[in-house]
Amino acid sequence: MIELVDIHKRFGANEVLSGVNLAVKKGETVVVIGRSGCGKSVLLKHIIGLVKPDSGRIMVDGADVTGLTGEALYTVRKRFGMLFQGAALFDSLSVWENVGLGLLEHTAMSEAEVRVRASEKLALVGLTGVEDARPAELSGGMKKRVGLARAIAMDPEVVLYDEPTTGLDPIMADVINELIRTLQATLKITSIAVTHDMRSAYKIGDRLAMLYGGKIVFHGTPEEIMRTRDEAIKQFIEGRAEGPISVH
Amino acid sequence: MDTFQYAGRSLIASLADVGAAFLLLASAVRAVPAAIKEKQLVLEQMLRIGIGSMPLVLVTSIFTGGVSAVQAAYQFQDYVPMRYLGTVIGKSVVIELGPVLTALVIGGRVGASIAAELGTMKVTEQIDALETLAINPVRYLVAPRLLAGVVMLPVVTIFADFVAILGSWLVALVGLNVSTHTFFTGLRLFFHASDVLNGLIKAFFFGGIIALMGCYHGMRTEGGAEGVGIATTRAVVSSCLLILITDYILASLLFRAVFMG
Repeated sequence: MIELVDIHKRFGANEVLSGVNLAVKKGETVVVIGRSGCGKSVLLKHIIGLVKPDSGRIMVDGADVTGLTGEALYTVRKRFGMLFQGAALFDSLSVWENVGLGLLEHTAMSEAEVRVRASEKLALVGLTGVEDARPAELSGGMKKRVGLARAIAMDPEVVLYDEPTTGLDPIMADVINELIRTLQATLKITSIAVTHDMRSAYKIGDRLAMLYGGKIVFHGTPEEIMRTRDEAIKQFIEGRAEGPISVH
Repeated sequence: MDTFQYAGRSLIASLADVGAAFLLLASAVRAVPAAIKEKQLVLEQMLRIGIGSMPLVLVTSIFTGGVSAVQAAYQFQDYVPMRYLGTVIGKSVVIELGPVLTALVIGGRVGASIAAELGTMKVTEQIDALETLAINPVRYLVAPRLLAGVVMLPVVTIFADFVAILGSWLVALVGLNVSTHTFFTGLRLFFHASDVLNGLIKAFFFGGIIALMGCYHGMRTEGGAEGVGIATTRAVVSSCLLILITDYILASLLFRAVFMG
């Protein structure tokens, strides 16, 4: 359904992505793992057009969406939802307005209807009674869940997760992982997540892809990655300081 | 050589800045019709830019008016009859002091707050989040602020003109022994409605400059709290400079014909 073909991206002198190829099938969950700052988030943002590649193509359902701008790009984006690392809630809006903003802007639904829909989505992520709160009043885990409710508010076909568990305590991280799994199972959403949290990667991913040195160096199931002989990949998934990946 | 390179690079960077700001202006103007449909967003900004600035403008204008009276009287003494006090003050307030000082004060207050707000939204990925919801940030954030700026600056300027004249009248009456009758007769002498109008035309442009600079520097903020600080400073400095430069250009265009006629 989504295909990244030979994506290159450089920021100044720093080449972040040097030929990334990745294909995601409909309904599956692919988790891109890699060290902090290796370009995972940049990769994710390419898919939804927040970052444009220097070269390469992004295909959605066989159509090239790489160079799209304006309304054409927005039409594609309506099929996507994205959960940001810091949740990126609009702090001038209440929780239900955050969740319902897409609906308020793009549909003819009344405020009352949107509010009901927002409450439903919030209930899906396990939140009730916070509709009128401001994002600043919420804890980190609640913000993530509101962000998730916002990402699925427009019933997207694809949800992108940028570090869904970063900054959360282990229990809350697991709650978020469970939520992501449940949403996949119930809503049949295609998902792409980037994370450096291996526990989360194993839990939510049907397939894992490791980004290292600007390229995808491994692509396979969680079982396959656990059996790998590649020292660099082993070093990362086992979380060791010593190994071929130098730490600077 | 290095100095030349540095100067050249700075020049190119500044030109690129000007170009990018104009591009933002162009897309914001194109987004205005769509922005008007969401009255709530525009009204919010109008309240914030206009009504929210009233107390500050009240204080600056009343003292500006007062000091104009004091300074004019000082320069008039022994040479110019006091019945021209109102004339000079009225003219200088509606043509120059009202629009420019109001714009500088609001530029500091509103320009900074727009840049800080949008800058924080940028670094916390809220602007990206808008994009992912297929909401154009220029239409949702920039156009309402631009619209509110160009509408509310003239409104606040009218208020500032009144208050400044009020302040100068109070000072003339209490401090300079100029009677109310003398002051207002002077004010009406050579009073042209076109002067007020030209002052408001200037305010319209100043409002656009303040909103545009706040949005432009806010939207291109990079790198956390420090970046927001830099963006805020740039927004205020660039809007103040542009207000003064534009004031000169507009004064040359709007008032020259009057002088020659």
